[in-house]
Amino acid sequence: MSRLGEHPIVDFDRGREVTIYFNGKPIKAYEGETVAAALYAAGIRVFSRSFRFHRPRGFFCAIGKCSACMMEVDGIPNVRICKVYVRDGMELRTQNSLPNAENDIYSMFDSMIDRFFPHGSHYKKFTKPKFVRELVTAQMRKFTGMGEFPKAELNEKGEYEEIETDIAIVGGGPAGLSAAIYAGRTGAKVILMDENPYLGGQLIKQTHRFFGSGRHMAGTRGIRIGEILQKELYELPNIDIRTETKVFGIYDGVVAAVEKDTKLLKIKPKKIIIATGAYERTLIFENNDLPGVYGAGGVQTLMNVYGIKPGERGLIVGSGNVGLILTYQLMQAGVEVAAIVEAMPRVGGYFVHAAKVRRLGVPIYTKHTIKRAIGKKKVEGAEIARLDENWCVVEGSEKRIDCDFICVAVGLSPAHELLYHAGVEMRFIPELGGFVPTRNRYGETTKPGIYVAGDVAGIEEATAAMMEGRIAGLDAAIKLGYGDEETVRLRDEIVEDLDEFRKGPFGERIVAGLKKIVVEG
Amino acid sequence: MSDMKYLERGYIENDELPPLPSEERLTGKRPVAYIECPQPIPCSPCLESCKYDAIKMENINDPPEVIYENCIGCMACIRVCPGLAIFMLHIKDDKGYVTLQYEFIPWLKKGDRVKLLNRKGEEVGEGVVTWALAPERNDRTQLVTVEIPKDLIFEVRAVKRWEQ
Repeated sequence: MSRLGEHPIVDFDRGREVTIYFNGKPIKAYEGETVAAALYAAGIRVFSRSFRFHRPRGFFCAIGKCSACMMEVDGIPNVRICKVYVRDGMELRTQNSLPNAENDIYSMFDSMIDRFFPHGSHYKKFTKPKFVRELVTAQMRKFTGMGEFPKAELNEKGEYEEIETDIAIVGGGPAGLSAAIYAGRTGAKVILMDENPYLGGQLIKQTHRFFGSGRHMAGTRGIRIGEILQKELYELPNIDIRTETKVFGIYDGVVAAVEKDTKLLKIKPKKIIIATGAYERTLIFENNDLPGVYGAGGVQTLMNVYGIKPGERGLIVGSGNVGLILTYQLMQAGVEVAAIVEAMPRVGGYFVHAAKVRRLGVPIYTKHTIKRAIGKKKVEGAEIARLDENWCVVEGSEKRIDCDFICVAVGLSPAHELLYHAGVEMRFIPELGGFVPTRNRYGETTKPGIYVAGDVAGIEEATAAMMEGRIAGLDAAIKLGYGDEETVRLRDEIVEDLDEFRKGPFGERIVAGLKKIVVEG
Repeated sequence: MSDMKYLERGYIENDELPPLPSEERLTGKRPVAYIECPQPIPCSPCLESCKYDAIKMENINDPPEVIYENCIGCMACIRVCPGLAIFMLHIKDDKGYVTLQYEFIPWLKKGDRVKLLNRKGEEVGEGVVTWALAPERNDRTQLVTVEIPKDLIFEVRAVKRWEQ
């Protein structure tokens, strides 16, 4: 049984029991959980097949970023099932496979397609005469591509709303929530948008106590911080909260969004704060697309939000704080952790996080990497190997680890699409995790009035994200004439706290990155 | 970070331990806080929770330093430590007692027998729970005091429920 009953930290509050149909087979699910979570709990691991080679694909990120879980849902193709919540009687079908993704006849292509149809060969083979071309093209379209044309018709009425406001905030995670609260408290009119039906972003799966100073909620669990921030937010009447609202563009200072899939929003704010967070990175190794290889955050969602065990025995790749914390959380859920693998010569995260899993007997292999995942349709094991000084695998050092899932915890990349769309100056800063915007110390970018806060401004962690959110929220409000000297003093005090926070060895890298991208002004 | 050998292992060796409290303090009336947090990280809830000036930290990134003579064993710091790095140590009637943070189910209760683990996760003996704070009284981090052989108080850093 993969559903957790009791858990030391979280009480799983499952909704009404409903039935969904997966390729015609009835499956029990609970209202409030995503389709991906429900299918996973029912033991389904293959969610789709890859475009060309028909390799099995399954659960990976659980937050709508990876597209490995796309299915046909109630006649609509290419739906990311990790973003769709179960409804009684829902019909799910796997796409582009015969007869279904689990047992796909086309999977034989994986071993032979390159021999007969190397890349680009469809431009050369079977092109003449015309009837052969048409016949072959029609057949190819059946097994490649992205589903079939929609069978269902949308019958919702489209709506439209224009909104004028002081500050528009994109993203309701720790940074966005903090920005909204601090801007809202000055009296500014704020609209806060998040694509999920809940607020809190990734805080909803952080069951551990946060680090930092007590003034910034250290010692409190991430999930509780999410609750506290929301409570503070709902106390402010001047904040317009829009969940299930996807911002898809920023056109010359106008924010365009779709609310609950049916309503188009045209928002004209005086200031914009972008706090869209980050994506999980993956790692290149043989079979890294096999169902059972998951992003660390995906596993946290499955386990800490929906109360579903990812497996019985896991391997963690990466010993940053995410990998170490995840290891501990897996053990709290009663899941065994076979080992943690780290390419660097030392643990990447906080020592105390490593110590608390080490003393429970989890081995940490530094200077090691994962060589390949083993398994046909799902992970049945992994092969790890030692690395030499030049980061090359030491021949003969390979070792098999028995596990039924692998978590990749190798860092994040900023989710910066909206910044590019808005025309903000972006630069590649490796210390901050990728392309990040040029901005001043308050988070204002090269486009006046557009701010950034949180991981989208550079990968750090939630405590720093909250501080950045507060600074951006306060500064945007101050620039609009809200608040008084006290507000300015508060903003500057948080800027100082953040500087202090980053002064240790863990902040060195961040500070080095910020030096290259934060400008005066 | 050059000599942080403990980062290669994930645990500290005996020669890397923070200064030990005196025998006198250990055998005093109340337990004493012993913090195994050698690495500079931006974290200070222990400092902020201490009402007795028993924890020294100039900057938020400094590792905490315990003034053992000031520590009265009130357990305020061990309640909030996010790193599970604080242990309350005590020696009484020639028996050792370690209080640690515990976040697993089933929860422990007074009288439970437990296996004692060292920093590497190796079993080093058996102990008995003599006191357990109800988890709901500390946002589900249970505090558990375990009676152990007194020469193991600087060795035992985790407990595992005894599976019959």
